[in-house]
Amino acid sequence: MKRPPAIPDRALLLADAERLLAPSTRRLFLGASLSLGGLSLLTGCTPGAGAAADGFLRGVSRWNDRVQAGLFDPNRLASTYPESMITRPFPFNAYYKEARVPHVDATDYRLEVGGLVADRHAWTLDELHALPQTDQVTRHICVEGWSAIGKWGGVRFATFLERIGADRTARFVGFKCSDDYYTSIDMPTALHAQTLLTLTYDGQRLPAKYGFPMKLRMPTKLGYKNPKHIRALFVTNTNPGGYWEDQGYNWFGGS
Amino acid sequence: MSVMTPTSTPGGAAAGKPLWLRLSHWLTAVAVVLLTLSGWKIYNASPLFGFRFDRDFTIGGWLGGALLWHFAAMWLLMASFALYLVMNLVTGRGLTQFFPLSPAAVWRDLTAALRGRLVHDDSGRYNAVQKLAYLGVVLLLATAIVSGLVVWKSVQFPLLRALVGGYDSARIVHFAAMAGLVGFFIVHVVMVVLVPKSLRTMIRGH
Repeated sequence: MKRPPAIPDRALLLADAERLLAPSTRRLFLGASLSLGGLSLLTGCTPGAGAAADGFLRGVSRWNDRVQAGLFDPNRLASTYPESMITRPFPFNAYYKEARVPHVDATDYRLEVGGLVADRHAWTLDELHALPQTDQVTRHICVEGWSAIGKWGGVRFATFLERIGADRTARFVGFKCSDDYYTSIDMPTALHAQTLLTLTYDGQRLPAKYGFPMKLRMPTKLGYKNPKHIRALFVTNTNPGGYWEDQGYNWFGGS
Repeated sequence: MSVMTPTSTPGGAAAGKPLWLRLSHWLTAVAVVLLTLSGWKIYNASPLFGFRFDRDFTIGGWLGGALLWHFAAMWLLMASFALYLVMNLVTGRGLTQFFPLSPAAVWRDLTAALRGRLVHDDSGRYNAVQKLAYLGVVLLLATAIVSGLVVWKSVQFPLLRALVGGYDSARIVHFAAMAGLVGFFIVHVVMVVLVPKSLRTMIRGH
């Protein structure tokens, strides 16, 4: 074990660097990772064995998706907290640095809606603000392990899906974002009472760094399942995958 | 090394290790090694304490790869641990092997062992130090599994979450269980080196 100097930023930078490296190295991650000599026996030394292990692990991950869908109780609520417990400042987190946060123009913004829905008209922010609003103080859990408590406000996603006449028997809702992020969720989670199409953070218009103009907030899922800067959403029966999920993060990503 | 037999067992047959025991032992060993090395990589993504693990001692290559390993190996651990617990209960072995166990006996055998006067030959019955160590590792595995379930699905397991004191403390408990298991692993392997016969017993059964 190394003891690097206790500079917190350094650890974060290294973690970020590892994640940024991920896309280009993902095909190799098993072969390259078993640097402990004896452990290479576990998958063999050939790329073929590494690919087989990769396929096996991804198969287990799909099985874990099903287990999590089974564990998910649509009526079980995540813990809520008093406002005094909100983490300040709430950490910024994305696959890029904060300087690269997209700045979306509110006036010509339209939320595109597609797929298995009755009403495909694109929504302005004013129209979304006119829908019934609610808020929650919940814990955001990152796949890296850290967690932070924040306050999000907006429209219950179930309400929104109802308004657009979504086929709520469909399996997935997919999201496309202005920062080129994309992800998708299962319909039971989409309809969960705490799943919010958030327009505010801590009572203020959602800041750019937290996902302006809107973020889908789900306290029942890990952070990477919560898309920010959403520009389009669609209802489908074909799993649309996701930015991190396609690289190996578990698709269901429940908490 | 002089001989002080803690308890004599009549007949060599009772001294053997049944297949289910050996199977659960080795499956657990593989699972714990995979979980620890992938767990160190996951820890490094957001260290709880002021250090990170050397990446040469991790598997998975990056966070996503380590998570794939971790959430696959967890099934192996849960299966082997369940096999161990169920068979110990069903066969009654757990009761006869681990009890009675008194602090006085632990003290007696520990001091004897440290003076090199205790036989550690897995010849039939555990001495009191072994009983304590193996019960301890069972407890550590249970703690690792419960706290791990909470870190994995803190919303879906509210009772377990309350048991370990919430999500953030579940991470600390999970880390502590790992540290205890690594400590056990080191002492365990040292003892096997000192008493190589025990390795043969754990493979062949006698």
